[in-house]
Amino acid sequence: MSVASIVGGALLGAGCLLLVVGGIGINRFPHFYSRLHAAGVVDTLAAGLMLAGLVPVFGLTLGSVKLAMIFLFLLFTSPTACHALARAAYTSGLREPRPGEETPSSPS
Amino acid sequence: MLLAAGVAILVAMGLALLRALLGPTVWDRILAVNSFGTKTVLLMALLGALAGRADYLDVALLYALVNFVGTVALMRYVETARPADEGGPGA
Repeated sequence: MSVASIVGGALLGAGCLLLVVGGIGINRFPHFYSRLHAAGVVDTLAAGLMLAGLVPVFGLTLGSVKLAMIFLFLLFTSPTACHALARAAYTSGLREPRPGEETPSSPS
Repeated sequence: MLLAAGVAILVAMGLALLRALLGPTVWDRILAVNSFGTKTVLLMALLGALAGRADYLDVALLYALVNFVGTVALMRYVETARPADEGGPGA
């Protein structure tokens, strides 16, 4: 195994770990905005790590350029989508529960 | 190594689907579907690496584009289609 494939495997493993942690977070967090935090922040980093981890598989070919393009696109669109989602939910009247109450103030 | 990563992506996709099915409000469902789409892009890139073909990456790039446009379109639709005092159609 070359050094590049070991580094790629480590990046891939870190990306997988983040993906699964984000998946747990999206199910365990109490209300929408915290779930948005779990999904949005983790997905961007996990996608970057996994796509970087795939580069040694393709080597210095056109495939790596395409991976970089996918990464750039996800880097711009994933936070944008999360921001737009939070904004749309807020303007539609979905509110975070106050610290005292357990259930969200939105209808359940 | 690549196979293990594929299994991890599939597990994360299953968890996102669980939130899409359970999610109390429609925003949770949109969030889960968007996250699912991102993971689909990663899975396609991984399949391309497994098959040793760079063609799959074109499909992944296009899917990332369509996923973003679809999420924004769904969001705008839900935002304008319901009165402001409800959580949404899925509530």
